[in-house]
Amino acid sequence: MKKDIILAGVGGQGILSIATVIGSAALRQELHLKQAEVHGMSQRGGDVQSHLRISSDTIHSDLIPRGGADLIISLEPMEALRYQPWLAKEGWIITNTTPLVNIPNYPDMEAVRASLAKLPNVIAIDVDAIAKEAGSPRSANMVLLGAAASVLGMLDPDKLRDGIRSVFMRKGQEIVDANIKAFDAGLASAVKR
Amino acid sequence: MAEKQLLLGDEAIALGALHAGLTGVYAYPGTPSTEIAEYVQSHPLTRERGLHCTWSSNEKTAMEGALGVSYAGKRALVCMKHVGMNVCADPFMGSAMTGANGGLVVTACDDPSMHSSQNEQDSRFWGKFAMIPVFEPSNQQEAYDMVREAFDYSEKRGIPVLMRLTTRMAHSRAVVTTGEVRGENEMHLPANPRQWVTLPVNARVRNRQLIKDYATFEEDAAASRFNVLTDGPDKSLGIIACGIAYNYLMENFPDGCPYPVLKISQYPFPRTLALSLVGMAERILVLEEGQPVVEEMLRGVFPTSVKVLGRIDETVTRDGELSPDVVRKAVGLDPLPSFGASETVVPRPPALCQGCGHRDFYTALNMALEKYPNASVFSDIGCYTLGYMSPLNAIDTCVEMGASFTMAQGAAHCGVWPSVAVLGDSTFTHSGMTGLLDAVNNKSDVVLCISDNLTTAMTGGQNSAGTGKIEAICEALGVEKAHIRTIVPLPKNYEEMQRVIREEIEYHGVSVIVSRRECIQTLKRHAKK
Repeated sequence: MKKDIILAGVGGQGILSIATVIGSAALRQELHLKQAEVHGMSQRGGDVQSHLRISSDTIHSDLIPRGGADLIISLEPMEALRYQPWLAKEGWIITNTTPLVNIPNYPDMEAVRASLAKLPNVIAIDVDAIAKEAGSPRSANMVLLGAAASVLGMLDPDKLRDGIRSVFMRKGQEIVDANIKAFDAGLASAVKR
Repeated sequence: MAEKQLLLGDEAIALGALHAGLTGVYAYPGTPSTEIAEYVQSHPLTRERGLHCTWSSNEKTAMEGALGVSYAGKRALVCMKHVGMNVCADPFMGSAMTGANGGLVVTACDDPSMHSSQNEQDSRFWGKFAMIPVFEPSNQQEAYDMVREAFDYSEKRGIPVLMRLTTRMAHSRAVVTTGEVRGENEMHLPANPRQWVTLPVNARVRNRQLIKDYATFEEDAAASRFNVLTDGPDKSLGIIACGIAYNYLMENFPDGCPYPVLKISQYPFPRTLALSLVGMAERILVLEEGQPVVEEMLRGVFPTSVKVLGRIDETVTRDGELSPDVVRKAVGLDPLPSFGASETVVPRPPALCQGCGHRDFYTALNMALEKYPNASVFSDIGCYTLGYMSPLNAIDTCVEMGASFTMAQGAAHCGVWPSVAVLGDSTFTHSGMTGLLDAVNNKSDVVLCISDNLTTAMTGGQNSAGTGKIEAICEALGVEKAHIRTIVPLPKNYEEMQRVIREEIEYHGVSVIVSRRECIQTLKRHAKK
């Protein structure tokens, strides 16, 4: 049993906190894990991605092969499409719908939406709006994780909530609660669809 | 006591070194190596034992400091990105001649595909060049285990060990089981004091010994538990997989590789093992991250009837990092079904942050240079290299650490005017100060700018060696006080900044302009605390 996940976004958006929570949940279940991150120059507003692999068996490669990703979780819609060649035919894209426009030639949003619509399994939600509605405006990335939890399979929502608790515990109960609320709102929005 | 931890490859190196009784880490920040020294800096054992962990001014001073630790019989770790090896080449080559007394491990992190670098150079060449053994772990557990073994090996054979990592090893996390914590060495001076004075009379003797030792290192590599030859039923191909290439190979054969495989993680390359592999198969595929170091060597080792496949004949892509897909193609498997690239996606290159002082400095510089159509701007390595990107288009060159100050002088000598150089504060103290002294002695007609953001920003905001000392250094190196100008890069100061830049262009001597405002990333972090 394995899940290969590509986390995508723009440098500074904080994709790594999503990886940390999934990683923490996976380790509690004694699963194998490998997580390749991007550091350095790209973190200055460029495209960033992390390959996160969890499995009940030994994991060899730190990188996911093209056509091998079960999930692409992206904080930015065009960045979700960037990793389309890595998506397995039956894989899922879970993406934020709000674009981060820091380049002059950002494509037309209609084209981005149309490209996403061409793929079979896509959950596209406005994570910032959902986070605000849930009263946790600073936890947009946990909304996205919540939405992903609806298709994560081997890590059920309760395990991920435990992951959130253990990752944010040192920041205090209030922060833990805000993140759990955001996670639940994201999960609910995905299930509703 | 065995404990399980989730660690980056870099962190596994750091923790392995700490548990091996490290006395000091000596490093200059550089992607993908930075997290090694940072991990040591933040580890409780470092405070408890009072270990050395402050950043060095550059890789050369780092290597030399560590060699001093080794001389004193204690254990030191040196860390840098691959191009740092060029900067510390002199003491690194020298350390092969002195040998090691206390364990000395040099970690070079290569960056194939140039995620955050200016070239793809392969650090394994340095090992061969200096006749120093190289360890190249294939996973995080091996990184932890190998660095511990490298310290023991360094002391056993009296030689520094080069640890080579590549980006995906350095920046990927996995669970590592740790071992016992060893104490530091007691101080003890070298038993062979002659060896540490590399006068020709001593060096000739040492060189002959080193040549003999290098043969022993190869025998050690042939017997190493990290180099493993595994037989396979299909003899049509034999595969040599170095470092993390082994993982990509196994990824493609989840039920086990059908071909005989030689996994290599310790060098000098053990030729005897390679010849055993040839005994099993007649075509050999070499999978290695970086340059074709092993592949080139094998072409002189095997009988001509053996066909060697790899990067040179482009069975594997000639440049760029390996991946499961590159290796999949090389072993003749079809690609997995996939969607192909989306036509909607456009590149999103990195850029200077909004509100960054470098931006405001370049904006004012561009305005000041508008009326000088022949101006050239020589820049350097750091965040401010991004001034090349549109819409700033502010720089004409970037080569290596410190080249801005010195190239500007050469160009000025040929009549380029205005000849302007721009580097950051950390690059200035890394490799710009000696170039500034040259400018003073040459009486060059140059405007040398230090865009000081009070940190080593590109690698994540480490302390910068010159903070608070920049103007004093310039004055001490002989720049006239009246031509050391300090400006604050903010939009409201554009007029004044332009005036200062123009005044110094019109002064036909050495000018230094210090443009100083804290990096907004470190500013945000400080504000949170």
